[in-house]
This record gives sequence, C-alpha cells and structure tokens, in this order.
Amino acid sequence: MTLLRLFWTAVLALALAGAAQAQFVPVPALTGHVTDQAGMLTPDQHAKLEAVLTDYEAKSGSQIAVLLVKTTEPEAIEQYGIRVVDQWKLGRKGIDDGVLLLVARDNPSALRRLRIEAGRGVQGVLTDAQSKRILQDVIAPHFRQEAYYDGLVAGVGAIATLLNKELFPAPPQQAQRQVQQDEGGLPLLPLIIGAFVLMSIFRPRRRSRLSRGGWGSGATGFILGSILSNAGRGGVGGFGGGGFGGGGGGFGGGGGGFDGGGASGDW
Amino acid sequence: MTLNGFARASQMLLAFAMAALLSGCGYNQFQTKDEAVKAAWGEVVNQYQRRADLIPNLVNTVKGYASHERETLEAVTRARAAATSFQITPEVLNNPQAFQKFQQVQGELSGALSRLMVVVEKYPDLKADASFRDLQSQLEGTENRITVARQRYIVSVQEYNVHVRSFPTNLTAMMFGYDVKPSFTVENEKAISTAPTVEFGK
Repeated sequence: MTLLRLFWTAVLALALAGAAQAQFVPVPALTGHVTDQAGMLTPDQHAKLEAVLTDYEAKSGSQIAVLLVKTTEPEAIEQYGIRVVDQWKLGRKGIDDGVLLLVARDNPSALRRLRIEAGRGVQGVLTDAQSKRILQDVIAPHFRQEAYYDGLVAGVGAIATLLNKELFPAPPQQAQRQVQQDEGGLPLLPLIIGAFVLMSIFRPRRRSRLSRGGWGSGATGFILGSILSNAGRGGVGGFGGGGFGGGGGGFGGGGGGFDGGGASGDW
Repeated sequence: MTLNGFARASQMLLAFAMAALLSGCGYNQFQTKDEAVKAAWGEVVNQYQRRADLIPNLVNTVKGYASHERETLEAVTRARAAATSFQITPEVLNNPQAFQKFQQVQGELSGALSRLMVVVEKYPDLKADASFRDLQSQLEGTENRITVARQRYIVSVQEYNVHVRSFPTNLTAMMFGYDVKPSFTVENEKAISTAPTVEFGK
C-alpha cells in the first residue's frame, strides 16, 4: 500500500517536472532537411522537397532546412528559431552556410508565423532585407491561398538562388565532379531560370500578381530544377542525383554558427 | 653538484606541484571562462555598433517623408550620439557602474527608436518605400541579433560567476582578485510590471 503511494507520488513528481519543462515547445531532433510537425505536406511533397534539399547540399555543400511546427507559444518565433539552430547547427563549421526556414502555422500574429534564420556565413548574400522580401513577396502569397508546398518550394528556391551568388567552398567529393561538368558547355538555362526567380523577389510591390498564380503549381517543378542545376553550376537538373533514397540515416548539422540574423514575417 | 641538482629537482617538483594545485583550483578554467565572457561581450558590442550604423540612414529616410516629426527624429539622433560616445573599454566588464551606464545609454536608444517606429505608422507612403522597408527589416534583424548576443553573454557570465562563487574555486578567485562580472538585467522592471493604459482616440 505504502509502496503504491510512493509510486504514485513519484509519478506525480515526474509529471510535474515534465510540465515545468514542457513550458516551451521542444526542439525536434534533426532527422532530415524537412521536418513537418504540423502536417502541412503530403508524404509525396515531403519526399520531393527532402530530395531537392539533400541534392542541393550534396552539390553546393550548404544546408537549407525546413521546419514546420504548429506553434512556438509562449515564445516568439525568433526565440524558438535561435534555439532550433543552436541545437541543429546547420551549415558547415567555419563556413556557417546554413539556413533555416521556419513556419509556425498556428502562431498568433504577435509571435509571427514565418522566419528565416540565416547563418553567419550567408548573411552577405542573404541579408535581413532579402530574407524579409522572400517571406513577404515569395512565400506569403502562396500561404494565403493555403498552397503551403508551393510557397515552400518558391521560398527555398529563392534562398538557394541567393546563396548561389556567393561561391562557398565546394563539398569535398564535388571537386572532381565539377571539373567534368564544366566541360559540358555554358549553363545558360539554369542562369535564366535563376534570374527569373530573382526577378520575382525583387519585383517591387506586385504581390497581387504573384498571388494570382504567376507562380502556380506549374512553376514549382521548374524552380526545384533550377535550384539543383544552379547549385551544380553544370546543368544536371531534375531529381536524378544521388543522396536521396537512403533516407534519414546519418544526416546532421555540420556545426554552423548563427547569430540571430534573418527576418520574421506573416501571411 | 649533487646538492645543486637536488635543489633544481626539488624546485621543479615544487613548480609542478604549484601548477597542479592551480589547475586543481580552477585557475585555468578561470582563464577559459574569462575569455568566453570577453568574446560574448565583443559580440554584444559589435551588434550594438551595427545598430548605431544603421540609424543615420534610417533617420534620413524617415526625414524625407515625415520631416515634421522633428522631435522624435532628434531624440533618436541624440540617443545615438550618447550611445556611441560612451567609451567601451574592457574595464566595462569589471566595473558594474560603467556596465550600468552602457546598458542605460543603449536602453535609451532602444526607447527612442521604438518611439520612432510608432510614429512611422502614421505615414503609409513611408511604410511603402522600398528602402525604408529594407532598413526596417535590417533594424529588426539587428535588434534580434542584439537579443541573442545579450543572452549568450548572460549565459557565459553566469558560468563565470558560478565559478567565482562556488567552493573551492572561490579561494582561487579570492587569491587573484577575480570578482563576479555584471550581467544584463531587464531595464525597466517597473514599466513592465505596470500594465500600459490604452486610450482610444477622442
């Protein structure tokens, strides 16, 4: 009897301790480039986005991760975001070329629902102002129509296009492959597509057209292709590349540093 | 000769013992933690400087649209001047008064800036201006960087201070005169604890 009571006291104490810790939304374990805790993506979309980001990392070395959560309450999205990147350490150590795109679907507007955390190393090309534009002008129009996948693809595409403007050191196994690829002529098409994406970011104040379907679902495959081919700078394109298929095993942050730079937004 | 050698050996032994004693008392850890605090502080200063650098552009842009908000604009400029003229020496870290002062001038600048941002809400043209939007998002990002840098400084100081105060390393601290370092506090506790009054327009 007393034993039972002791047991229940222990359970209660544990539960209380748990409740005290559960005040803040825990940071999920990093298992892939895309973490969807809010159920915003279908398995198919999830796999596609994951494949593209995995390939992007294999080709450019930079890590872009997407995290979708329901809410970050009671913290603001910035506070949650810095906790996530401190734990995940996206990007390579010393180069700090990691980017996190964070969505908190059900956040009240005071705490913001969109955030880009830019690693220290990418802030030269992905400035706060540009992060803000990507959130407001590229992602938000899609999200307003609940086209979450399209918005994420367009956002990731815009981020990747900006990162491609700076020549980060190539990943080790890439060095040889790139030499072969460079012989294959000028990468004109990816450049044009890249410019197209950039134009959409910097087109001043024409959100209405964007949201009317200028970047509808037809464009997403296009953008995805351009992310990849631009990253390789050789024009392979498509989803063919390696990296995906093995799945989550062995993926982790590279030790990149963050300082809270980036932007927050809403839709 | 042998005596000399013996003396040297015992001297070395003593030195080793001292070294072992010192590292046992956390002397080396003090150095590591002290450097960590300094690095975190460097980041704080760096980010505040970044904010100060943004302000002239911001003030000029706002001036173009809202020139008759002179008072608010001048308050920002004045606060910036006060913040940048405050000399930040490494001694700030070991001097609670100077630290307080640093926090105060930066806090005043934060206040002046947030008042400016409230005023700006009245000017839709300004809010739509592309360069203003960019500056605003840069300022937002920098404010967040400041928050992060301050938080990391607080953590590193906490580690240092725990080391200063806990046994047996506090003996080492006493011996070498290491003192607890000042940390950031919430500036206006009073303002936070009293709920703001909301007045609806007449």
